[in-house]
Amino acid sequence: MSVREKYEADLQLLNDRIIELGEFAHRALERSLKALEGHDVDQSLAIMDEDIKANRLEEEINDQAILLIAKQQPVATDLRRVIVAIKIAADLERIADFAVNIAKSTIRIGNDSFVKPIESIDQMYRKTAEMIELVLEAYRDEDIVKAKQIAELDDKVDALYGQTIQELLSVSATNPDKLPQITQLSFICRYLERAADHVTNISENIFYLVKGTRYELNK
Amino acid sequence: MTTTIKPATDVLENKEPKVKGPKASVYKTNQLNLWYGSNHALKNIDLDIKENEVTAIIGPSGCGKSTYIKTLNRMIETIPSVKTSGEIIYRDRNIFGKDYQVEELRTKVGMVFQKPNPFPKSIYDNIAYGPRIHGIKNKKILDEIVEKSLRGAAIWDEVKDRLQENAYGLSGGQQQRICIARCLAIEPDVILMDEPTSALDPISTLKVEELVQDLKKDYSIIIVTHNMQQAARISDKTAFFLNGEVVEYDETDKIFSNPSDSRTEDYISGRFG
Repeated sequence: MSVREKYEADLQLLNDRIIELGEFAHRALERSLKALEGHDVDQSLAIMDEDIKANRLEEEINDQAILLIAKQQPVATDLRRVIVAIKIAADLERIADFAVNIAKSTIRIGNDSFVKPIESIDQMYRKTAEMIELVLEAYRDEDIVKAKQIAELDDKVDALYGQTIQELLSVSATNPDKLPQITQLSFICRYLERAADHVTNISENIFYLVKGTRYELNK
Repeated sequence: MTTTIKPATDVLENKEPKVKGPKASVYKTNQLNLWYGSNHALKNIDLDIKENEVTAIIGPSGCGKSTYIKTLNRMIETIPSVKTSGEIIYRDRNIFGKDYQVEELRTKVGMVFQKPNPFPKSIYDNIAYGPRIHGIKNKKILDEIVEKSLRGAAIWDEVKDRLQENAYGLSGGQQQRICIARCLAIEPDVILMDEPTSALDPISTLKVEELVQDLKKDYSIIIVTHNMQQAARISDKTAFFLNGEVVEYDETDKIFSNPSDSRTEDYISGRFG
C-alpha cells in the first residue's frame, strides 16, 4: 500500500478532470464540424454558449494543481505530473476555443451553399479528432509510443492544410462572389491546423512527463 | 513519414555551470565498509565530496547516513564493536592512516548535532572554549574570535549585549547557532551537521538554512537531514543512502527533478521511508 494514498487520489482526480476537458474539447470540435456541414446556426450558437464549461474545467484543474503543490509538495515525476496537467489543460481549453471559432465562421457563412465540397476540411477534422483521442489515451497511460504517433499524424494535418488552402485559392479566382465564404473556410482550416498543433504540444508534455527531458515535436 | 524524435533541450544541460573549472575534493571515500559487530552498516561507499559546497545526505532511518558522517571525523571509533575497511581521504591523506592524529582531524572538521548542546557556560565561554584549549590566552584575540564566530553564525546582533549570560537561557534556534559559532571558532575546513534543524521551529530552521548558504563560501558543509525539502533547498549535491549503500549521488537539481534510480524517486516522493 502506498504511503501517499491521499496524494495519489488527488492526482487521479486531476487526471480525471483533464480527460473530462479533453473529451469536452473533442466533442465541441465534432459538433462544430457537423454544424458547419449542416449550416446549423442554432448548433453553432449552442457551442459558443457551452464553451464556458471548458473555461471552468481549466480553472478547476489549475486550482487543484496549485493545492496539490502547496499541500503535498511533490518532486520529480510527481511534480512534473502536476505541472504538465496545468499545461495540458491550457492546450485543451484552446482546442475548445477553436470549436467556438469554427462555430462563429459557420454563422458567418450562414445558408450560403459551399463553393466546393468540404471533404478535405472534414479529413483535416478527422485526423485532428484522431489525434485528440490518441493524446488522451497517451496521457492516461503515460504512453510515449502513442505520443510519438501524434507527431506523425500532425504532419498529415499540415499537409492537408496546405492542400486545402491551395484548393480554396484556386476556386476563389473563378468565384469572386464567394470570397467571404472562402475566407471563412480558410480560417476554419487554420483553426483545425492550430488545434492539431496544440495536440502535438500535449504529446510533447507527455514526453516531458515520462522522460523528464523536453522534446520538440512541432516542426 | 517517420518522425525522428530527439530531445530538444535538457533541463539541466541548459544551466550555466555554477563555477568555472573543477572544484577540489575535500573528502574522497573509497570502498568504505563499516560493521557494528556483525551488522554491515556501510557497504562499499564511494563518494567524492567537493570543497565549498553543501553536500546533503538523505535516506530512511537506519540507512547509514549518520554512521557515515560520524566516520568522517572518526567519531565512530568511540563505539568499541566498530570495524572498518576501505579509506577516507581528507585533503590527500587517509584519515585511517596509522600516523593520523584524530585531534588534528577534529580541529579541521567541526560538527553540529541534532540537539543544540551548548556547554553550561556563558555565551562567551562557549565560543572561547575551543580556542582556549588550543592555547589562546590573550583576551583581545579571544574577544575577536568570539565576535567573528558569532557574526559568522548570524547571531552576534542577538547576543552581543549579553555575552556573559548562560547559553542555556537562549532559545533552541539561538543555541544551535551558538553551537555553529563554537564550531567556527576553531576555524575548521569542514562542518559536519547531523540533522541540525530537526529540533528547531520553522523560523529558526530557515535561519540555520540561510546560514548554511552563507557559510559555504568559506567552508565545506556535509549535512545529514531527514527533511528532503531542506536538502533540496540548501544543498549542491545530494547522496541518497539505502541499507548502507549509496544508491545515487548527483547534483541536487538532478536528484529532485529527474533522479536516475527509481528507489531515489520513490524515497524523495515519499513512497517509502
